Amino acid sequence: MRRLWAAAVIVLVALFVVALAVGPVGIPLHDLWTSEIVRTVRLPRATLALLVGAALGMSGGALQGVLRNGLAEPYLLGVSGGAAVGAVVATMLGLNGPAVTPVAALIGALAAVILVLVIARVGGGRGADPRVLIMAGVVVGAFANAAIMVALASAPADTVRGAVWWMMGSVADARWSAITWLAGYLAVGGAALILWAPEIDALALGDEAAAAIGVDVDRASRRIFLAAATVAAATVAAAGLVGFVGLVVPHIARNGGARAHRAILGASALVGASLVLAADIVARTVRAPADLPLGAITALVGVPFFLSRLRRSV
Amino acid sequence: MLSVEALVVRYPQAREPALNGVTLRAERGALTAIVGPNGSGKSTLVRAMIGRVPVERGSIRVDGQDALTLSRRAFAKRVAVVTQRDEPAFPLLGREYIALGRYAHGGLFRTAQPDDPAVDAAAKRASVTEFLDRRTDQLSGGEWQRLRIARALAQGGEALVLDEPTTFLDIAHEMALFELLADLARGGLAVLLVSHQLNLVARFAGHVVLLHHGKVAAAGTPSAVMQGSILESVYEWPLVVTHDPAVGAPMLVPLRR
Repeated sequence: MRRLWAAAVIVLVALFVVALAVGPVGIPLHDLWTSEIVRTVRLPRATLALLVGAALGMSGGALQGVLRNGLAEPYLLGVSGGAAVGAVVATMLGLNGPAVTPVAALIGALAAVILVLVIARVGGGRGADPRVLIMAGVVVGAFANAAIMVALASAPADTVRGAVWWMMGSVADARWSAITWLAGYLAVGGAALILWAPEIDALALGDEAAAAIGVDVDRASRRIFLAAATVAAATVAAAGLVGFVGLVVPHIARNGGARAHRAILGASALVGASLVLAADIVARTVRAPADLPLGAITALVGVPFFLSRLRRSV
Repeated sequence: MLSVEALVVRYPQAREPALNGVTLRAERGALTAIVGPNGSGKSTLVRAMIGRVPVERGSIRVDGQDALTLSRRAFAKRVAVVTQRDEPAFPLLGREYIALGRYAHGGLFRTAQPDDPAVDAAAKRASVTEFLDRRTDQLSGGEWQRLRIARALAQGGEALVLDEPTTFLDIAHEMALFELLADLARGGLAVLLVSHQLNLVARFAGHVVLLHHGKVAAAGTPSAVMQGSILESVYEWPLVVTHDPAVGAPMLVPLRR
């Protein structure tokens, strides 16, 4: 177990160094810390990729536990749809720009998550029934997608292209301001999730069993849900939609032997960071100097992985 | 020790209350059983104890203290409840599962550890030490039920409430579980057991409460409650009550219509 943790850290550090060194301009290792390209382009980009992956991994790990479902992930709960609606609405109102879009996406994502919680509460009674939550997430997500299509149908071509690119996810335009914001959200939200991990362990037994061992089920699941969604929403605001990370990474963490959620969350952060870093290295080198959409790469890796998992568990 | 007084519980939007003025007590050192047909309110009573259904009137008390004013954590430290079902969403080791019973004793940063001595002690009391390092998804039904009882014992309370713990168990596992519960009661715990197994309840329980339509239809010693006329009207099925030839306890035999 200890060896696996060490291996995960080493892989992450190695990928980070590779991300700084590799690109259209190869940079020798001893010049890494002095290179202008590294400092202004690759370092922020790699840092953002790392944070996005860690945040999505943790968010997915927490949600799969609370919702007792290995298919749960932040995007299934309306986070992606809500964020996209927020960004598109802001663009349509003429409020675009690097400072405004992420904030609008964050507001949209949180609004969608709150809407999902309210629907689940109305539909599922007092407690937040995991199945009702997932259904509510799917419904809100579908509604958001429809709203985006309606909005984009009459939008100018440039807006459509920008919106699509953003929906495919990218860390290409990493700015330190966005990175700092995301780091802040991840520090607070991630710390809260780690702190509440024993409650996630209990909730993973089911609501009644969790209540029996002393968990205030409704309060605990609501705040964990909100923290996980906020962390994921912050990644959407910073880098657009990077799918399948939150879904796949917790499975890798559990396969590696993590069973308690404090370990699952920690391992998911490490593995998620590595996965998105690796995906971004692929995204910007395969067809260099063109950038492939990061979200498409993670999906291309994530779907086959997930299918193989599904086959093994049946 | 654990008492329920004039408890009224109504599910949201339900016209009739699921529990309508139920009063009962579970004393230390005794095995108290709650029996009754499906839908009579047995599981609702357990759910009320863990705060999963709203209590309209009445009270649940632990040594005289109103349980509804206790936090879930404080209640869990004193009364351990084994609900009808629980299953880890993702498999755990036996000892990790039992350690979850220590949740209420943990703090913000100090959490229950699988190597906690309380985990081993609980495993020993429930005779599950050989499952400690096995995965929960590799246990049989009987082994899993015992592990759940070990988890409840790890909570360290003085009362143990179980909702139909012998469902799906074969005769040997069922008997072993009843023996375990009787031992725990003899050891000083207040054991409150919800069960459909009237004949076993009649042999093991000291006090039986028969629920019907959310009310107490009869309560007392097994022979006082296990009367043909009472059971026939409550279960709405022809039956006779005899005495089992081996130990002489009241024994119910349902008849064919």
